Amino acid sequence: MRDVAILGVGMNKKWGELWDMSLRDVFVEAALNAVDDAGVDHLDSMYVGCMTSGLFVGQEHVGCLMADYLSTTPIPATRVESACASGGAAFRQGFIEVASGISDYVLVGGVEKMTDVSGDEATSALSAAADMEYEAYHGITFPGLYALMARVHMERYGTTSQQLAHVAVKNHKHGAMNPEAQYPFEVTVEDVLGSVMVADPLHILDCSPITDGAAAVVLCPLDTARKISKKPVVQVLASAQASGTIALHSRKDMAWIKSTNQAASKAYKMAGKGPQDIQVAEVHDCFTIAEIMVLEALALVERGKGGQAAESGMTALGGKIPVNTSGGLKAKGHPVGATGVAQVIEIIRQLRGEAGPRQVKGARIGLTQNMGGTGGSSVVHIFGAV
Amino acid sequence: MAGIIGYGAYIPRNRIRVEEIAKIWGADAPSYKRGLGLEEKSVPSPDQDTITMSVEAAKKAIRRAGINPREIGAVYVGSESHPYAVKPSGTVLAEAIGATPECHSASFEFACKAGSEAMFVCLCQVESGRIRYGLAVGADTSQGAPGDALEYSAAAGAAAFLFGKENAIAEVDETYSYMTDTPDFWRREYQHYPRHAGRFTGEPAYFKHVLAAARGIMSKTGMGAKDFAYAVFHQPNGKFPLNAARQLGFSREQVETGRLVPKLGNTYSGSSPLGLTAILDVAKAGDRILMVSYGSGAGSDAFIYTVTGRIEEARGKATTTRDMLDNNKVYLDYGTYCKYRGKILKAE
Amino acid sequence: MANPARYWREIPQRYRLEAARCTSCGEISFPPRLICPQCRSRKFETVTLKENGKILTYTVTRVGPSQFADQTPYAVGVVELDDGVRIMTQIADCDFDKLAAGQRVRLEFRRIQKQGDAGLLWYGYKCVPV
Repeated sequence: MRDVAILGVGMNKKWGELWDMSLRDVFVEAALNAVDDAGVDHLDSMYVGCMTSGLFVGQEHVGCLMADYLSTTPIPATRVESACASGGAAFRQGFIEVASGISDYVLVGGVEKMTDVSGDEATSALSAAADMEYEAYHGITFPGLYALMARVHMERYGTTSQQLAHVAVKNHKHGAMNPEAQYPFEVTVEDVLGSVMVADPLHILDCSPITDGAAAVVLCPLDTARKISKKPVVQVLASAQASGTIALHSRKDMAWIKSTNQAASKAYKMAGKGPQDIQVAEVHDCFTIAEIMVLEALALVERGKGGQAAESGMTALGGKIPVNTSGGLKAKGHPVGATGVAQVIEIIRQLRGEAGPRQVKGARIGLTQNMGGTGGSSVVHIFGAV
Repeated sequence: MAGIIGYGAYIPRNRIRVEEIAKIWGADAPSYKRGLGLEEKSVPSPDQDTITMSVEAAKKAIRRAGINPREIGAVYVGSESHPYAVKPSGTVLAEAIGATPECHSASFEFACKAGSEAMFVCLCQVESGRIRYGLAVGADTSQGAPGDALEYSAAAGAAAFLFGKENAIAEVDETYSYMTDTPDFWRREYQHYPRHAGRFTGEPAYFKHVLAAARGIMSKTGMGAKDFAYAVFHQPNGKFPLNAARQLGFSREQVETGRLVPKLGNTYSGSSPLGLTAILDVAKAGDRILMVSYGSGAGSDAFIYTVTGRIEEARGKATTTRDMLDNNKVYLDYGTYCKYRGKILKAE
Repeated sequence: MANPARYWREIPQRYRLEAARCTSCGEISFPPRLICPQCRSRKFETVTLKENGKILTYTVTRVGPSQFADQTPYAVGVVELDDGVRIMTQIADCDFDKLAAGQRVRLEFRRIQKQGDAGLLWYGYKCVPV
């Protein structure tokens, strides 16, 4: 197995409600930015992470579509789907293809075009990440599922709505410094708690938004990157993935994201690192409670104590371990299939020293965690500056 | 002797008061209450319909009968608010209670007497020996046109009866049906609300048929009002059954147990059947019950039941009708009522 | 229009709560499966779930998906039935302010979804507080 590095990264100009951009427009813009950043003139293979172009825009065969519009046919182009972990899972597939020696230059992009349907149709489409026949059939939504988990966490560990709000406040503070973010502005705890309730106890400001956006990276062997990269080289130290039950009610402990914990354990082992070595992380804050539970599953905080992390400043820029300096899903946006790849990009920028006002000084080891559904799939990657 | 071997009722918990409806239409609530003999009515939740209520009522009937539902040979629901115009409510009901697949089903319709019709047919099938057990349900989530007199009374509920030849808790002594073409109340296909003929629905319609059926069955059996412990008549409002009782020589006490309408409203196909369930909840062995339904269009089915010793043991196996009628109520305002009943015109 | 088959094949579960109990380890799978999630055995017997249970966790959905948009707000939760099986279900006939983990409930037959004005009616279970 070869060591793998990231040669180039790119996002489309801004994430948000991109009325004049189609699914293919958004993806190609991001992919071209990544290819330009990489300085390569050809690719061997590509992966497209996309949760459900079918339900949002009625389009399947998206690997083919993007290879065509990126003018990279006839390279193999494959869509990877794992609900909200589609981007992370696509990245893992790209990593494996380079690590195995089968390809040298692999493009991994993620994209979602969510605003061509109405709000409640989008809510419906997102519910497809749950058990359609035994969860979604009964009217549960994604905010609803995380609300169910939040209630267990709050009743068992004393986590409060204020602590949840602090996650949104922190991520917006970071996002306000990110020109690519959907919501580059700050919010207060009062704003969050005063915002309309979506599924008790989650308010609208506890929830990540509906977003159009894309992100892409180019992977290559580490040796190649050392030779040709014009930017500081960042290596993929670990790639791990785990599956869990699809339905929340099938989990023995509904306040514990077991698949993230399992993927993280494998990742730490593969990288030869521990949670204490991680200096910056991008985690899947689809809802504020998700960030809290993920920190516990990643063993970055003690189980049950996740609520204190944002509240105490531990995970803010300048804190012990800054989490979601990009603004997270909350402020940056959550175009489902793109998120996992965008998380990687933020870590690459941090480890390259390119993060500007969001820079974590001296960061050399970073982690990304991307998950699908309520934890039915989790993908964890660890990166190291070379 | 064939008869009822199990019974069950279901009443939704929502209510709306006469005052609440009157205030929207500028009507005088006290005179409506007096004139209709009615204070409030039941309202189904948006997730309830004739089928859902039938299932809950039927499950109680099966519990009280203590039989294996696989042995039910026929499942009939009588209603004027079947959820499907074509596809019997009984198909879903039979599937839900586990009576399928060796089972007969059909939807019954005859305005408010569709329930008693289903009861009559089940009884006959059991008596003939063609089936072992038959399930008959009278259930409705009837609609009254906004602002119309019927809006004050059109209510929701279900009553289910299992008929069998052995171990009856109430044996059927006699039946009698009286039917003519009397157009007092009807609904044309594809119309949302029914039409009625005002005062014509009284004497030439309700009273003519109810009294004729009652007199007919009593004459056939040589009985009089004094031979009955209880009588229950179709209850479109609080006044009509009292008036019928008086004309037939029944006392207030004899009809009061089964007269649920003042707090329930008119449950249409569930009307006299639900009244019967309330009587069975308290009747003693040997009590004789007269039940006379009425369906506009028009007709009445009369039954005479004699309660057996098995009633005590069967009765406690499920909740009583009065318990559902009197407890756990939620009062709605008119806006919520309209939302629940689909009376608000929404965008596509 | 969605093909009715997808709804129809789940009827034994949605109407009669039919589940499968592994004859090796006793784990009950609802809906039934081909391979036991606990012990990977492939032999099962049909059982019916208990109709009573308790709420483990709940929420009130105020922003619903398109099929449920006109039913909001509605309560939904994870209920643990008395045989240990957990299900996701709506909590009907309840006072939102009185909902609590541990609350006893009973399953009732209700209409879950409607396919517009001309499509099929989809039935199933909801729970009500006792």
